[in-house]
Amino acid sequence: MSYLARRLLTFPLVMLGVSILVFFAIRMVPGDAITAMLGTEAGLLTPAQRAALAAYFGIDKPILVQYWSWLLGVLQGDLGISVIHGKPALAIILERFPLTLQLALMSMCVALLVGLPAGVFAATRNEKMSDLAVRIFAMIGQSTPNFVVGLLIIYALSAGFGILPTMGEFTPLFTDPLRNLGQMILPAITLGFAFAASVTRISRSAMLDVLSDDYVRTARSKGVPKRSVIWRHALPNALIPVVTLSGVEFGYLLGGAVLVEQIYALPGLGRLVLEAILQRDYALVQGCVLFIAFNFLVVNLLVDLLYVTLDPRIRLGEGN
Amino acid sequence: MGRHLSTKLLSGLALAVAIGATAIASPASAASLKMAWKQDATGLDPHKQTAFSSIRLLELIYEPLVRFDKDLQIVPAVAASWEFTPDAKQLTFKLNPNAKFQDGKPVTAADVKASFERVLDEKTAAAARANYLSIASIETPDDKTVVFKLSQPDVPLLAAMASINAAIVPAAEIAAGTIGTKALGSGPFKLDKWEPNSKETLSANKDWAGGKVAVDGIDISVLPDETAILAALRTKQVDFALINDPLVATLVPKEPSLQLNRMPVLAYHVLQLNASRKPMDNLAVRQAISCAVDRQDVLDTASVGEGKVTGPLTMPGYTSDASTLFCYKKDIAKAKKLMADAGFGSGFSATVIAANGEPATAAAEAQVLQSQLAEIGVKLNIKMMELNVYVDTWLKGDFDMAVALNGGRADPYPMYNRYWTKTGNLQKVANYIDDTLDSLMQKGRVETDPAKRKAIFADFEKHLVEVSPWVWLYTSYSYTAQQKNVQGFVPTPEGSLFGLSKVTLQ
Repeated sequence: MSYLARRLLTFPLVMLGVSILVFFAIRMVPGDAITAMLGTEAGLLTPAQRAALAAYFGIDKPILVQYWSWLLGVLQGDLGISVIHGKPALAIILERFPLTLQLALMSMCVALLVGLPAGVFAATRNEKMSDLAVRIFAMIGQSTPNFVVGLLIIYALSAGFGILPTMGEFTPLFTDPLRNLGQMILPAITLGFAFAASVTRISRSAMLDVLSDDYVRTARSKGVPKRSVIWRHALPNALIPVVTLSGVEFGYLLGGAVLVEQIYALPGLGRLVLEAILQRDYALVQGCVLFIAFNFLVVNLLVDLLYVTLDPRIRLGEGN
Repeated sequence: MGRHLSTKLLSGLALAVAIGATAIASPASAASLKMAWKQDATGLDPHKQTAFSSIRLLELIYEPLVRFDKDLQIVPAVAASWEFTPDAKQLTFKLNPNAKFQDGKPVTAADVKASFERVLDEKTAAAARANYLSIASIETPDDKTVVFKLSQPDVPLLAAMASINAAIVPAAEIAAGTIGTKALGSGPFKLDKWEPNSKETLSANKDWAGGKVAVDGIDISVLPDETAILAALRTKQVDFALINDPLVATLVPKEPSLQLNRMPVLAYHVLQLNASRKPMDNLAVRQAISCAVDRQDVLDTASVGEGKVTGPLTMPGYTSDASTLFCYKKDIAKAKKLMADAGFGSGFSATVIAANGEPATAAAEAQVLQSQLAEIGVKLNIKMMELNVYVDTWLKGDFDMAVALNGGRADPYPMYNRYWTKTGNLQKVANYIDDTLDSLMQKGRVETDPAKRKAIFADFEKHLVEVSPWVWLYTSYSYTAQQKNVQGFVPTPEGSLFGLSKVTLQ
């Protein structure tokens, strides 16, 4: 059986595991949709009132029965109805996903466009002052939490220049691209900042490894210009760890970037999950987590397939 | 090539930032108020929603029979006038003849009757039902008159009706089962659009019986970070905002174009002791804790002094001079003696629970209390919890001590009957009751003479502080921030945003 088919066959199993985990884990957390809606006033409810609300929220039946009926729905493409939004969970997730995807792609662009050249630059100037400067910058980038970066950007822009991207009302890319980019560029830079630092560090060390290889020395001694050796011969071989890192990071980003979405008030998946958890909107939490897990599986598969393209020596599924 | 690429990249980034800067929001359109808050409403059913954030939205759309003004006096809303019989067993309302729902239909006595019957129906699951249990029957002699017959004298009922949880909704919508999915009230604004946790769009109700609404509408954005709200105010993206965190609020007056509205509220910060657990079951231990706490210091340290030390009664007209209450001046010597008398001279350990970010000062309050109580040998372990986990734990009474911000009411009876009466719904949370508290509460409920009521509740407060089941700390402020061109907003001690119905944009 082909590698791809075997990988695809594991998807349903993984998804089933995820569905069980999320379904029971969210219910084990104290508090439910009733306390989330009423707060301490929930203490004023009579048993009959409580039962009426439990029925409304669909949490009155035994937990296994709840799981079974939810699972049957999922198999038919119905992730359940969000009690807060009063809409199907899948519809809400699909509304929020384009933003999350765009943010992930944009921050990845920022990270790769800054991180790769910086890493290559540092590697070619190993142990020189400029290398040190890049490494210090990368260290700072990696160790600064992105909410700090975000708040600093917001503060500097609003207090220093009196400007700020539009917040609270999100414009989709295809409605008004300019306005959309205006809203997304700062969050993308904020998210891409730490990511760029990781890319810099990984690409620098991978590049250093490759640059000391025999074929690089051979190419140089044959008179191939340095620039060509670095970008044409060495870089493609140094990309494997960068692709691995980016794949994992991209998978995470598709799950939403909670803190950055909170700070810039972007209605992405991260905030959706957070709010669903805080309000104990079980159907929405379950739907989001399933959706995110599925994305992660797909991204991982794509990364593996990308290895083959980058390095034809790699044969997937043959024990290499 | 590398250098070439970097230059290209840098110029690309610079271009992107430039695009970003040109796409900055244009100022708000002149007639619609742009507003921001951190926490969005959690639902649209006025009878069922109890969260502060939901009430703030719903009181713009719905109206109760009566409401409170800024001095907590009861003023007309859907009702134009009202009258208690002298025995306080019957309450009659005359409705405002101009009151209309937003679909143009008049508000009738039948709507009022249907609304209250819905609240009282257990199947509705309205938490506020507990406040209206004295209603035995509702009569509607004509279209504009409603008579509530009560099973027992209930003076605080009128104040309890001044709540969005007793909003008047159309009887037809109740019958159709659309309350909560469609917002149709008689209030100053219509809800055009709601995207939960993101934004809501309101437009002015031209037919509102309360007068002309000066703005065309309100566009509310949910900005989950209050620092970002401040930034949005600073850059004029937002005209008006709700602020919870006192630390953020104190930054507002530093901006010349902004104005901070600060209003003392009825809610109170409190350290709840669980008197059903050892050693808090011991009166001397509870009193020792009360004497060891420096309330002003908690207020100054945890809340940058933004508030006022309080006893149990926080409502104007009932508050007393806090300094006259038992041990409201820190007295470590007395506290140590009480601890020694109770047999706890060497102190004890206890766990205090607090909710993350609810209120914003919860963790800081717990830390200050921890250091203060260490002085009498009480070792406090702080357990911070996610709000919902905290609520669940709190409702079960499963704590030694709890830092809490509890809601206040304009009348002491509905505010405290849940805790300090023998049949209180939250006895399990209060974990303390005695005959004096119970009988004073019952006396206060039936007394119609304001001066006598005040004396009854003053006794109640004095006794409550002496037996120290809880240590009342302070009341804080509700904050709204606005651009200086926003005029006419009147804040209230309930934190209501109803004043937005009279706001103008200059």
